[in-house]
Amino acid sequence: MGEDMEEEYEGGIVKKFMFVNRKAPYGTIYALEVLEMVLISAAFDQDVHIAFLDDGIYQIKKGQDTKELGMKNFSPTYRALEGYDIEKLFVERESLEERGLTEDDLLVPVEVISRAEMGALMAGMDVVLTA
Amino acid sequence: MSTLHTVNKSPFERSSLQACLGHAQASDSVLLIEDAVMAALSGTAFAAKLADAGQSIKLFVLGPDLKARGLDPAKVVNGITVIDYDGFVDLAAENSTIHSWL
Repeated sequence: MGEDMEEEYEGGIVKKFMFVNRKAPYGTIYALEVLEMVLISAAFDQDVHIAFLDDGIYQIKKGQDTKELGMKNFSPTYRALEGYDIEKLFVERESLEERGLTEDDLLVPVEVISRAEMGALMAGMDVVLTA
Repeated sequence: MSTLHTVNKSPFERSSLQACLGHAQASDSVLLIEDAVMAALSGTAFAAKLADAGQSIKLFVLGPDLKARGLDPAKVVNGITVIDYDGFVDLAAENSTIHSWL
């Protein structure tokens, strides 16, 4: 059974997926839910891209410590994505600047691109999911 | 008579903070919690607005919410006081009214 499924995916169509993160973590459940979707997509050998823009960039801010909130700090998971061959992470430069942040504030290697470049990147995707 | 205003939405996404600051009175306190704590950091597009509001209104930010988001309490805008949950309770007790700007 497991083997049949694997063959089916190997011969299946690979689409360009983009998950667009626009919300800060912890205040709402969106960031964690998108991360779940990303991890699921990794199991289907799709061409996964992750974008962080607007408040979404706070998801990959270094130094998150949720102890006093009693919530799980899920930020280390972004560093583990590399192990699932998810390495196409993009951050919008304008969003960083508006928030007084730089690439050094982020906990994973990313490609920083302009809003115009982000728009063009989105336009080239087969599937775009934003939250 | 004074009011404690709490704001929990990111100023980049909603206008709650702007509305709150526009209505708070001189003797009032404004506490930034949850996704509103981003507004307290220096260097953001909102820093000047917060520094200005701090001239007449007492401004506070909840430390545990800053830390959860990896934001350094030492880097908040001048005039904003970082408090913990006990401080939140004190503010709630000190003010006659609580206005939660959801």
